[in-house]
Amino acid sequence: MSLPERVLVQGNEAIGRGAINAGCRHFFGYPITPQNEITEFFARELPAAGGVFVQSESEAASAAMLYGAGAAGVRAITSTSGAGWGLMQEGISQLANAELPCVIVNMQRGGPGQGTTRHAQMDYLSATRGGGQGGYKTIVLAPASVQECHDLVQLAFHLADRYRNPVVVLGDGILGQMAEPLEIRTIQFDTLPEKDWTIRGFSEREASQHNFISCGQGGVIPLPPYTSYAAFLQRLDEKYRQMTAAEVRYQSYRGEDSHLLLVAYGSTARVCQEAVDMARDEGISASLLRPITLWPFPSEIIRQRAAAGTSLLVVEDSLGQMLDDVRCAAEGRAPVHFLGILARHLPTDGGMILPDRVLEEIKKVS
Amino acid sequence: MNLKKELVYTRPRLKLGYGWGHCPGCHHPIVEKLVCEVLDEMALAGKAVGVAGVGCSFGFFGGINVDGCNCAHGAAPAVATGIKHALFGKPLVFTIQGDGDCAAIGGGYVLNAAARAEKITIIMVNNANYGTTGGQLAPTTLLGQVTSTSPRGRESEQGFPIHFPELLAPMQGVTFATRAAPFTPAGYRRARSYLKTAFQRQMQGRGLGFVELLSACPPNWHMTPLEAIQWMEDRMLPEFPEGIFKDTGGE
Repeated sequence: MSLPERVLVQGNEAIGRGAINAGCRHFFGYPITPQNEITEFFARELPAAGGVFVQSESEAASAAMLYGAGAAGVRAITSTSGAGWGLMQEGISQLANAELPCVIVNMQRGGPGQGTTRHAQMDYLSATRGGGQGGYKTIVLAPASVQECHDLVQLAFHLADRYRNPVVVLGDGILGQMAEPLEIRTIQFDTLPEKDWTIRGFSEREASQHNFISCGQGGVIPLPPYTSYAAFLQRLDEKYRQMTAAEVRYQSYRGEDSHLLLVAYGSTARVCQEAVDMARDEGISASLLRPITLWPFPSEIIRQRAAAGTSLLVVEDSLGQMLDDVRCAAEGRAPVHFLGILARHLPTDGGMILPDRVLEEIKKVS
Repeated sequence: MNLKKELVYTRPRLKLGYGWGHCPGCHHPIVEKLVCEVLDEMALAGKAVGVAGVGCSFGFFGGINVDGCNCAHGAAPAVATGIKHALFGKPLVFTIQGDGDCAAIGGGYVLNAAARAEKITIIMVNNANYGTTGGQLAPTTLLGQVTSTSPRGRESEQGFPIHFPELLAPMQGVTFATRAAPFTPAGYRRARSYLKTAFQRQMQGRGLGFVELLSACPPNWHMTPLEAIQWMEDRMLPEFPEGIFKDTGGE
């Protein structure tokens, strides 16, 4: 029996290995801390894997290059953080309109503005609300371990192709920089529909008619494939409803019948796991719900728990962003408490919300 | 008497209906015809992918039988880069952009695609103003030219017109940089020859090609189509001369 290949790597490298295992051979990106290891991984590894690495002139250009690669029908990825994520928003909006699959990784750092080069969870709202113009949606996957960085990137490519939509992997600086054992594996997914809509030169498809991809539908004369702007919006609405119905993912930690339910994602969820264990050791009935998809958000389970009288504690390394989604889901049926970035152990940007601080809050609200 | 019929002129075979409308006297349809004729002549229609910018070229690839897309304002050279690399350099990849799209919001994309020596062809249609939005000042607007955002005529306080082929010519990543004014038969022949050479250079893997084509914009210039052509001869051509500013040659 052969053992699976296990390596000790950072989350950033796990992202890169996951992408290659998903069959991605194209990376377009621009350096920014704390995700530089992703860019450097692809520069080093992609040519050897028969792929192409292009260093773009900006994150706006990265998104435009993804647009071209997605339109040509290949699996392509970029990664960024902070100000680069901001620059990418217009491009993601265009990708959403043109219905082009691709994967965008944001290893979050502290904001706003240039903020800091260190970890934070401050792009939740711009990732889950469609941060660019015009109210689009992207599935947002939130890994909480190095293994999940690797696995969720593969899922991201699959979902991008299934829905013809960009998919965001929202990590953070801690996940990107921390090393854990990683089992290298290629995940099998359902068969995907053939990409008959790509632009590669129509001879490539053995066709005699062109394909046309547009990121706009306005004007007197409708641009194909939609007969009107309303028909296009109808299609988006259907797609977003399908995603909401089919793609919600979350993990429950230590039961689903506690008196207090913590809600946290990413590296903060790891801290909360430890805090929940500590609370249980002291006989406090606490558990953790970790959203894996931040959009679509696991609202229904939170609504049920709130309706059953469970108090909620949102722990998030920001001034409160996912908090909005938890409040909406709770519908005022249960108290929603919050522990955020101001509870970090150090005043510098290296500070973290540590398990004992979370435990303190658990005791306070229990 | 036996009369022999010979087809001497026809609509380009790659043109699909009249899907994308332009204003009377606009020269964008001339550019469309040029692209169709050159791709047809070079037997490249099925091996080409085009990228249109935002503005009067937005629907370009909805109306011709060539695979294509449009994209974010100014981003066409980066989108073209993505397509070219995605397909490992195989197809002919070109952009159609206006002067505002290409020289203002997209100027950085052009310079960096040139610096990377991307094997793409950029076609910039220069009508010295923003056409789609109603005739505002562009980086190509002439000194003294009245636009809705230079109502007293462009003064030097608003800067000077940009000359993109001349600017790009010294760059090592650029293989071909030209300008033509296809509104006369001679200008049309020149533009056709430049476009053909630009595509050839790309297929030879030489680097970035840039073809600027002058166009009238009669409604925004507040002129008749004939007055617009006269203004191009009197004012635009002295500022934006036709010619080849760089050609590294083939092979």
